[in-house]
Amino acid sequence: MREGPASPGPSPIEQAIDVLRMEEITKRFGPVLANDRITLAVRAGAVHALLGENGAGKTSLMNILYGLYQPDDGRIWVRGQLVRIRSPRDAIRLGIGMIHQQFTLVPQLTVAENVVLGLRPRRPPFLDLAAAEDAITEISKAYGLDVNPRFRVMGLSLGMQQRVEILKALYRGANLLILDEPTSVLTPAETEALFEVIQSLVADGKSVIFISHKLEEALRISQTITVLRRGRVVATVPTSDATPHELARMMVGRDVVFRIPKTPARAAGPAIEVTDLGAASDQGYPALKGVTFHLFRGEILGIAGVDGNGQTELAEAIAGLRPVSAGQIRLNGHEVTSWPPKARITLGLGFIPADRQRLGLVPDFTVAENLVMKTFAAHPYTRRGFLDRRAITAHARALADRFDIRLHSVQQRVRELSGGNQQKVVLAREVSLTPSVIIAMQPTRGLDVGASEYILRALIAQRDRGAAVLHISTELEEVLSVSDRVAVMFAGELMGIVRPGDVSYEQLGLMMAGALRLNPMAEPA
Amino acid sequence: MTIRTAALRLLPVWAVLFALLLGMFFVLLAGAHPIEAYRDLLRGAFADVFGFATTLVKTTPLLFAGLGVAVALRAGLINIGAEGQIYLGGLAAALVGLYVRGLPPLLHVPLALLAAFVAGGAWALLPALLRLRRGVSEVITTLLMNYIGLYLVGALVSGPLKEPGAPYPFSPPLARSAYLPTIIPTTDAHAGILIALVLAVVTYVVLEHTPIGFRVRMVGANPPAAAYAGINVGQTVTLAMIVSGGLAGLGGASEVMGLKHRLFDAFSPGYGYDAIVVAFLGAGQPLGVAVTAFFFGALRSGANIMQRSQGVPVAVIFAIQGLAVLFLAASLAVRHRIFRWGGRSRQPAAASPVQAAGVTDPE
Repeated sequence: MREGPASPGPSPIEQAIDVLRMEEITKRFGPVLANDRITLAVRAGAVHALLGENGAGKTSLMNILYGLYQPDDGRIWVRGQLVRIRSPRDAIRLGIGMIHQQFTLVPQLTVAENVVLGLRPRRPPFLDLAAAEDAITEISKAYGLDVNPRFRVMGLSLGMQQRVEILKALYRGANLLILDEPTSVLTPAETEALFEVIQSLVADGKSVIFISHKLEEALRISQTITVLRRGRVVATVPTSDATPHELARMMVGRDVVFRIPKTPARAAGPAIEVTDLGAASDQGYPALKGVTFHLFRGEILGIAGVDGNGQTELAEAIAGLRPVSAGQIRLNGHEVTSWPPKARITLGLGFIPADRQRLGLVPDFTVAENLVMKTFAAHPYTRRGFLDRRAITAHARALADRFDIRLHSVQQRVRELSGGNQQKVVLAREVSLTPSVIIAMQPTRGLDVGASEYILRALIAQRDRGAAVLHISTELEEVLSVSDRVAVMFAGELMGIVRPGDVSYEQLGLMMAGALRLNPMAEPA
Repeated sequence: MTIRTAALRLLPVWAVLFALLLGMFFVLLAGAHPIEAYRDLLRGAFADVFGFATTLVKTTPLLFAGLGVAVALRAGLINIGAEGQIYLGGLAAALVGLYVRGLPPLLHVPLALLAAFVAGGAWALLPALLRLRRGVSEVITTLLMNYIGLYLVGALVSGPLKEPGAPYPFSPPLARSAYLPTIIPTTDAHAGILIALVLAVVTYVVLEHTPIGFRVRMVGANPPAAAYAGINVGQTVTLAMIVSGGLAGLGGASEVMGLKHRLFDAFSPGYGYDAIVVAFLGAGQPLGVAVTAFFFGALRSGANIMQRSQGVPVAVIFAIQGLAVLFLAASLAVRHRIFRWGGRSRQPAAASPVQAAGVTDPE
């Protein structure tokens, strides 16, 4: 294993050939063919995007490349040499670095300590941290990473932690970096910064495999795009020839309607009236400041904004899961500010939380149990004091059918379902209670195109049924295409409420940055 | 259910089998023949009516307290305090048995048991409240409460409750009407085991088939999600802890009312601690707890015979018990590792339940 930082750029000969060739890679997990004869070639000094829906086989292919899985069949060439990668150690030796979605850092240690962790010191038994720090600073400068090696990881934002992961890989001599859904944890600004880092990496001759299911990102950052579907390569195209429409069709195998058709809203009386609401974050800082808005029956009010500007606190305060420090909340005409969650649910409040694994579901419970999480104590699920398993199962089967939840059995644990199907479980449960108000927070996060569209259509159907929908999302496109009115949040405040068609992207950008207040649509038209 | 998941469900059984296998080595060290030693162990526990009665007697407190620990476990709490709750339950039962006079057994016995349940529950309530109000870990508080319980009983039977002229610290005998009846004549086996078995079934039914059990399990599996679903998490945790302590308290009562008929200083040889092992090996399932408690009871009962006939010290049994826990913990750890690697692949069907179970977020 190499100990020091990477030697600079590849020779011209290396640049001329593919840095990586994977040929006919096949991998089975039980009955499922995760990778079916996949062939992939990555050029030196280029970004190669691996695009596909959840479960298309992107991550297992990359885990094979990183030595975490062994392929059942196929060959791998690295810089023209046929290799067998039996472990991540082998991969690192070959100059392959992988940045997982979940970071593998020790929060209590500094950046430098994290970077050298697991490497043999140059002069054992002494740990020459000063030398490592210098080397890190140098790499950091070379690629615009802007990481201070002496900082403790626990004080760093997710974006910075990701850079530390990149540093770790570069320090170990990686010249082929695998980034697994790198933007899923980043704010838009951090994403921009990451793209700059990627560009300086490839400018130096390094190669990047960029795993994503976001079309725009793949189009922006890559030179080549390979689309995977159901474990197979659908196509490999030069990015310059690709269009979003085509790519989307290749990913899902059918045309995706990005503009979801909907009729104009017919707003009735107010369902939620929030006045001067204040609440603290988990860390005890003010997260909501004087938030005031009305949400009407029969409309979708979108809340746009960069992640972490008080959206979570707003949703939790309305749901009764977070104490309110000021102001009041009225729900269907009742002052509910200090009511417990149960009473608000009874009043008709449905809530699709952003973090379904932590809040919206009990992953270790069965699908059937999760579908009665809020109603298990009521008839017909409890009869004469006992749970009626048959009624609970029948209910689950009916909902799985109606909401197209893909599963082997409703007795399966929710944990075993894919993200999209888990979200359908939450959606099915909330919608089946025919709520008069639905808070949907990041309802499409981590879902593929098909599942996202399904969820958004369902929200619009709820609106058309007369429910009031509060749609909180950091995906601006999504908010604009679904909402009847859009509120923008910044630093715990509402910067105003506008109609989607009436404002420019630039204006919205200014509002999201806290530089512009506009409030023409405080009430629906 | 695939063969693999079936094998995983039976992990505790494998752990015990491996422990017994490795235990042979200790028997060898003690200079005896493993097969013969195990034969005598089995014989001691089951071969005659006295051995079997001893097995039942040893099983009883383990089952009561094991059920208690299991209930807390299902609500997401680690109750290390069964030992203290046993002492408080024993004390309460003894007080009712000593000072309430003139009741028929049909009233006296239930009254004493109720007192024990309340006392044990109260002993567990304090840690529950400390955790809810002040965020103090119940692992620490329940453990420390054990010593208070142990020495409280010790102080009382050395002072106000002491039988005049007794050579050791113990109380006068309870009223006969507070005795649990003997179920096998001429042996020590008493009705405590029947009560414990009934409670195992009741606990199972409540946990798995009633809305309150659903609530407890949901709080144990994912407290934020339970709160989201409109459940009062604090209230549920408190309730589970009271029942947990109450069940352990009944274990103390059955020792006092069924076996010793007096309150003794240090009357529990650590049943409350063994109950933790029993609950974990039983995977927190009441019926699993019943099986493990019986197994441990049999080991205890047979160990004495094995010691007499083969000269193998009883301590070997404790070593086997420790090994079983170690194997179980290790296999769970290994399983967790498998999950984590499995979790890296986001194939919908890395969906063998085994692999997918560790996925923190399969998006």
